[in-house]
Amino acid sequence: MNIKILYFASLRDTVGRAEESFVLPSGVATVGDLRAFLADRGDKWDALAEGRNVRAARNQRMANPADPVGPGDEIAFFPPVTGG
Amino acid sequence: MSVSVQQADFDVGAEIAALSQGRLEVGAVASFVGLVRDVSGGAEVAAMTLEHYPGMTERSLEDIVGEARRRWQLDGVRVIHRYGRLEPGDRIVFVGVAGAHRGEAFAACEFVMDYLKTRAPFWKLEETPDGAHWVDARDSDDSAAARWGTESEPRPGD
Repeated sequence: MNIKILYFASLRDTVGRAEESFVLPSGVATVGDLRAFLADRGDKWDALAEGRNVRAARNQRMANPADPVGPGDEIAFFPPVTGG
Repeated sequence: MSVSVQQADFDVGAEIAALSQGRLEVGAVASFVGLVRDVSGGAEVAAMTLEHYPGMTERSLEDIVGEARRRWQLDGVRVIHRYGRLEPGDRIVFVGVAGAHRGEAFAACEFVMDYLKTRAPFWKLEETPDGAHWVDARDSDDSAAARWGTESEPRPGD
């Protein structure tokens, strides 16, 4: 039940890592669950807490909190985009 | 290829010409070029570095082009977005749209830019006299995308 998690831009700077391999704990079934689980690491991971302006992608497409997370997925968290 | 994500600069004239090359049904080509400015929020900007999410970037731009083609009858769409370190005056992005008439060309060009602003995974890091800082997204970009009548980008946590 491994997934890959990526962090970009200011969020990567804050949490201090660009990616990690992560074993899905039981009870983490959606993108929103995963975000809450990571935020519970505390300290700098508070940047992922509810109410913070964070977006997510699942397998390289924009994701909603209710989207499921499964083995082999690539989940990314990042601040709102600022291209163009 | 309709979408390119690259470090290199591009030739605006050549890109515009290519959109109607050999296509006598094209009656209108609309284009947009985005440039690095030397000011941002009142601060001087010496340079900026554009970070992106390789893989998702190309996919999201292709999705946006596909959405534009569903909404309007278009003969060609070209999107180029640069990444890496850029200086004031440098080109960042090119959007070109070819169609039979100006209406769909103008509209689709603006649509692609508005959607790109809120959906393509790019982030700007600006170098100012106070140091480097990440650019915050603007609410006006969300409202610009929202006026095209579809739901805006999902917002986890909202």
